[in-house]
Parts: sequence; structure tokens; C-alpha cells
Amino acid sequence: MPNNIRNVFKHKLLIVGILSLFLSFIFLFIFNDLFLFALFLILFIILLIYNFVKVTRKLYDTLGTRLMLFVTASMIFLFFLLLIILINGSIDILQDQSLSELILSSTWKPFSGEFGLFAVIIDTLIVTAVSMLIAIPISVLSAIYIAEYAPKKFRKIIRPFIDVLAGVPSVVFGLCALLVFVPLVRDDIAPFFGNTISSGFGLFTASLILSIMVFPIIISLCVESFNAVPIALKEASLSLGATKWETVKKVIFRASGPGILAAIFLGFGRAFGETIAVAMVIGNQELIPKSLFGPGQTLASLIASNYTEVSSIPILASALIFVALILFVVVLIFNLLGYLVLRRASKRWKY
Amino acid sequence: MNKSGNTQIETKVLNVTIHSNPVLKNIDIQIPAKQLTAIIGPSGCGKTTLLKSFNRLLEIQDNVKIDGEIVVDGINIMSGGLNVPDIRKKMGLISQKPYPLPMSIFENVAYGLRIHHGKNAKELAETVQKCLQEVGLWNEVKDRLNDPASRLSVGQQQRLCLARAIAVQPEVILCDEPTSALDPIAAQQIEKLLLKLKKDFTVILVTHTLRQAKRVADYVIFLYFGKVVEQGSAVEFFTNPKNPETKAYLAGEIS
Amino acid sequence: MNKRNLEEKIFLGLMLASVFIVMGSLILIVTVVVLNGVPSLSLEILTQTSEGGFYLGGGGGFLNAIVGSLLLALPATGLAFLFGITIALYLQKDFLNPHIANFIRLCLDILWGVPSVVYGVFCLTIMITIGMAGGSLLFGIIALTLLEIPIITRCIDESIKMVPIGLKESAYSLGSTKFETAVKVVRRQAMPGIIAGVLLGFGRGIGDAASILLTVGDSNYFPSSISDQTAALPTMILNLVSMPDQVVQNKAYAVAFVLLMIVLLISILTRYLTKKSSKHIIK
Repeated sequence: MPNNIRNVFKHKLLIVGILSLFLSFIFLFIFNDLFLFALFLILFIILLIYNFVKVTRKLYDTLGTRLMLFVTASMIFLFFLLLIILINGSIDILQDQSLSELILSSTWKPFSGEFGLFAVIIDTLIVTAVSMLIAIPISVLSAIYIAEYAPKKFRKIIRPFIDVLAGVPSVVFGLCALLVFVPLVRDDIAPFFGNTISSGFGLFTASLILSIMVFPIIISLCVESFNAVPIALKEASLSLGATKWETVKKVIFRASGPGILAAIFLGFGRAFGETIAVAMVIGNQELIPKSLFGPGQTLASLIASNYTEVSSIPILASALIFVALILFVVVLIFNLLGYLVLRRASKRWKY
Repeated sequence: MNKSGNTQIETKVLNVTIHSNPVLKNIDIQIPAKQLTAIIGPSGCGKTTLLKSFNRLLEIQDNVKIDGEIVVDGINIMSGGLNVPDIRKKMGLISQKPYPLPMSIFENVAYGLRIHHGKNAKELAETVQKCLQEVGLWNEVKDRLNDPASRLSVGQQQRLCLARAIAVQPEVILCDEPTSALDPIAAQQIEKLLLKLKKDFTVILVTHTLRQAKRVADYVIFLYFGKVVEQGSAVEFFTNPKNPETKAYLAGEIS
Repeated sequence: MNKRNLEEKIFLGLMLASVFIVMGSLILIVTVVVLNGVPSLSLEILTQTSEGGFYLGGGGGFLNAIVGSLLLALPATGLAFLFGITIALYLQKDFLNPHIANFIRLCLDILWGVPSVVYGVFCLTIMITIGMAGGSLLFGIIALTLLEIPIITRCIDESIKMVPIGLKESAYSLGSTKFETAVKVVRRQAMPGIIAGVLLGFGRGIGDAASILLTVGDSNYFPSSISDQTAALPTMILNLVSMPDQVVQNKAYAVAFVLLMIVLLISILTRYLTKKSSKHIIK
């Protein structure tokens, strides 16, 4: 590690150059100061030229390597830039309303200056939870079948199904939900549970289409985890006279538990952030409905439904940026959790 | 031909093809009961394949074709309609690299017991203790039975796998080069254990070190490129080999 | 049938049911789109733009959406590829400390998981700051590039990681520099993965709605400059579906059909190109 830090400092000029590029963007977008932006931009360009001109030997190799460092570093700065700009954009709404008003109030009336997100947050949690409840058993069971039981030919057929399902755009999912699930919920499912007034647009419909969208993620990650279990471990269990199912239950599940958990986290992140398909079938009403079949709004669909009014209500933009920030942070946390789970597990069971 | 004792396992015209490559060709062998049989031969000649065909573990891979009969205690285990897990229960298997199940030490040994015999806690604990004592692990682990099995040393893990295997009371113990991943001291412990266990179980040992076979075997089968070249009692095999290929292998000319 | 086998049989039944639900979902989607989309398809609808009454039940088509989507997704994919391959190559042990590299991979994975609407909001914020609030091709491309970079980078990265180290060592021992090896040897060996990653990114770029919803506005015409607003396939579907006329709504399915065909094409193309470029790689 120390050796590599020393290597990094060899490229000091380049680092300073990137830093000034970064600063220039900050000055432009956050402080809206064009003069300082231009200043740092010029500084960056000067340093860049100087850095490259200095190199006389092995020009090609060093140029190439430094270019790569530059691009990679820019990527990381972009990550933090994303965060910073979202935070910066949220400042307006956070100054206008107190945090508790934003998060604990259920009234969302942008035209009256009310931006209560509580109902939307609850709706998001409900929709995500229900869709995961549907998706997890179906996905995990499918994954077991594909990894352990399916004959080779069947496996070859299922593979493209999952890949294509993963690639279908969310609008198309939304369209199908509109045509199939809305009437299904309205005419069959809701009345079955005693609800005859549902329009079909609601939390449950959104959960249904979300669970289908989440299938490929969980399935492919689980299959990968199951296939990663060393075959000798399966042999060890089978040679003790266990049936295939007992081996799956007691050995494979345990060995790939972290992988399954990580898959669930990732699926959760997808369900949490899905915008378009949900916006098309959830009813777009910022309230907590009395039943699962009533209309609502998730954090993501809120942005899609409200962005058109941004020009008439300036502070609405800040509110929506704040919602985007929430989405970003939640997904970040879940991805981080998944990563930590996998890392901790790989330390515990070393094969 | 083995004259002292019964034949536990016998194969008749056994042919195994993997991915269209013939790995075992016309295998006819007889394995004596309650003795230690060593299957020797150069690497890649099908020794492990032969071993894994005895407990029908070969079938879990794709593209495997098995023809012929494998008769265990008079019953052809390759005939259709048999309960495969029960067949496997009769044969314990330990591999080259010890693979403890992802559970505690206690649970590893209890795994097979729980599946086959139900869960009387007291009986379970007694049997686990007995098995761990048999393999000489009890004193080393009795205070940490609930620790993950992965924390044991490689030698201890291999003994754990043996304990796990004998817990379900098999008749045969199949060993696939069980000492190749171990240091010399641990290897010696395993060899001593196998010699002890052959009193109660039939032990079949695949090894590619001639010296190991000389040390422990009662009966020897020499496999060369998928064919049985010679089989017989260890004494006869090593002092008076009949086949020219056997002589060449013993002299170290082919490996 | 004893208890152990019974349990296995029950769960096997559940597993098969689950697999059929999953496969059935895709079949359902394809069927719905085909059955509703194909009747509304015609040569006219594919070759004309949406000016003059397309939204109101008159003639016209959505060619402007097709062109718009291509003008958005192709440059975005190209840019994302340039970024992606540079970063992916640099992440290898040859250039970068594994700890730092893994941190960067984690960042990229997080960026992959971020909902596309966040990228849309990000670009919208910049647009508002600069004062170009109307939407433009430029910012649509930027949003899609940001969306695609993590996807393409990680796919290429995974592919490069699988290049056997012996291959690189052979190249070095012939006097090749790190950069040369990266460009000439590693790239060829990892080509199947690179192709798969790029196509995956392109598919995402052409089908994603949330990121371009906020950034490209809308238009009945082809965009004539990079600061013009533009139509796109996903946004056109949303527009058509919100029209009151049933006939107009049905045209949305025609657009969805085109999108779905593109996705299927990408899938088939990926399989074919991956196989083809695997000819030269060393296993």
C-alpha cells in the first residue's frame, strides 16, 4: 500500500490539475461564479499541457497510462459530484421547510407550498415490501430449480428468457400492466378480497408489475451463488446418503446464503427506485390509501408525475431534487449492505 | 483372486464414458470385505472415476455414461428403481481436499444422523462423541463442538470428514487420495486411522504414491489408462507381479 | 413414498410453478405487445413523423421518435464505451492497487443500481442552473452516458478479469509495455465480454424513460441541432397512452412493439457476436 501511494504522488501535477477541474465545476454550479470557473479551467488546461509536454521518453506508454488515470479519477469525482449537486439542490427546500415537516407531513400540495412526503414514503415502503414478498419466493425457487434440478436442455431455454426479461424497458412493463393488471385487479382480484370500488390503479397493481421486473435480478444472482458452491461439498452431502433436496436445504442454502441476501438487497434497490412502470399504474395520488387496492404514489413516481410543474413553482424543483437524493442514498445503502454481506461471508467460509 | 474373506464389491464389464471419452474400459474387479484395498496407477487413469462409481456419485455430472454391473453384497446397484441415497449411505466418501460442511463441528458429524435416524438429542450427542473418539479428534475438539468446522487445521478437517462418514454406519469407506493435501504428520495419522478402521469397514483407498499402497494395502488393483492391468493380494502384487506393465510401474519406469 | 421424498416432491412442484410464472411473465408481455401493437403498425407509421395530428387520431408516424432515440443512445453508448474501456483496463492489477480498484468497483456498482430518474434529476439541475430549462438532445445524451458508464465499465471489467495472467506475462516477456499489452492482447481476449457489455448498455439507453423524460423535452420533428428538444421512443409511448382517444392509445403498443423488437434484436445480436468473437480467444 505505501508503495502505491508513492506512485500516486509521482503524478502530482496531474492530481492538482484534476482537482482544479473539479473545483471549477463546483464554482460553476454551486456558486455560479463564472470567473472562478474559467480561472480553474484554464489552470487545469495549463497543468495538463505541461504534464504531457514534460514527458519525452516512452511517450506513448506514459501518455496512455496517465490518460487512464485521468479518466478513472474523473469518474470517481463524478460520483461525488452527483452527491454534491443533489445535496446542493435540496438546500432550498430544506431551508423553506423543516425536515420534520417534509418527512412527517402527509400533505403534498405544491401549489399551496406544502411538501409533505410521509404518505409517499409509506406508499413506497408498502409497494416495495409487497413486491419483494411476491418476488423472493418465486425467484429463489426458480433459481434452485435452474441451478440444481433443470436438465441441461431446459437450462439452455430458460437462460434467454431471463436475459430478455431483464432487458425489457420499464415503459413496456408499464404498458402491459396497464392493459392486463389494471383490469385484472379491478375486476377479479380486488372483488375477491371484498373491494368493489377499486379502479385497478393502486399499490397492489404496482407491486405486481414490480415483482416481475425484479425476477431476473434475483434469479440470475442466486443462480450464480448456487453454481459457486464447490461440487465437492455437494458430493460430501450426497455421499452421506442425503437426497438432492436435503443437500439443497442444508448445505447449498447455507453456503450461498450471503449471495442470496445480496441478491435480495439488489432487487430491493430496483423495486425501490423504479419510476415509469409504477407511475403508469399507481394512481398518482399522494396519500395513504385505505386498502392495498387504492391509489398512491411512490417517491420515484412522484418525480415523474410532478416534474412538469417545475417551471411554475421554482421550489418544487428543489423538493424533487431532495426526493432524488433520498432515492440515491437508500439505493447506496442497500448496495453497500449487499457488498458488506458478501465480503464478510467470503472471509468466513473459505473453500 | 482373493481367497480369504468374502467379496464385498464386484464389478462386471464396467464401462464409463465421460464427454464421449472412454475413461473406464471393461473393468472386472473383486474387492474383499473388511480389508484395505488400494487402487493404484498413474494420474488421470480413472481411479477417482472408479471410486465414485461405487456410490453412484458419478451420475451427478453431465455427459456421463455408465454400462455394466456393480454388485455390492450381491445386489447390482446399477439396476433401475433403486433408492440412490440409501445406496450412498452404505458408502462413506472422503476426498483429496477435506470439505467440511458449512456448519459447526458437532453438526458436521451429526448431519447424516439427523437425516437418517431422527433427532433424539441424547443419542445424537453420544454417537457424535463416539465417532470423534474413533478418529482421535475428541480430545482436541470436545470443548469447542459449536465452533465452525472451517477453523480446524486441514489434518483435523480430514479426520472430521472421516468421523462424519462413519457416523452413518456405512459398510464401505471410499478414500480418494485422502492424504495428498496433508502434511506428513497428519498424513500418517490418517493412515493409522484407516488401518484401524479396516477392522470394522471395508476400506478402498485411491492413491498415486506406491509407497503408501505398500504401507497399508491388503489388496491391490492396478489401473492403467482405464483398464485393470492386475489385481491381487498386496503381498503377491509387490513381490511377484505377473504383468510387464505392472513390473514397469513398480520399477518406476512409467508414472 | 416416505416423508423425505414427499417433501422433495412438493418443493419440486413449487419450483416448477415458479419457473413457469417467470417464463409466463415474459410470454405475457410479448403477447400483449404483439397482439396490440402489430395491428397498429403500418409503413406509414414507421416512416413519418408525428407532426400534424398523430396525437389527435390523424395520420403520421413516430419516425421522429425512432431517430431521436438513436441520436440519443448511439452517441451515449459510444461515449460510455470510451470511458468504460479506459477505466476497466486501468482497474486491473497492472495499473492500480487492488484496494483502490475494489473501491472504484463498489462505486460503479452503486452507480449501476441508482435509479435512472436520479440521473435525470441531476441533468435537470444542471440545466436549470445554466438556464437551458427546455430540454435538449445534449443533456439527454449526457444523462444516458452517465447511466450507461457503470454498466459497460463493469461488464468489460469482469471480462478482462478473466484474462489468464499467463497471457499477459507472455506479452510482457516479449517486451510489450503495460499500455500496449492492454490495448492489443487483453482487448482481443476480452472481446466477447466487451461486446456483451456495450450491447447491454445500448439496450438500456434506448429503452430508459425516466432519465430522458426530464431532459429531452419533446418534439414533432427530427432534432436539427444538439440543443434541440427531441422525441424518443419511451417518451412517445407515455404521450400516446395519456391521450383520451382509444385509437391513439393503441398506437402506443406499436411503439412498444418496435422497442421490444430492438431489445430482442440486441439479445440475439449479443449471442451471435459473442460466439463469433470467441473464435480467437485462448481458453
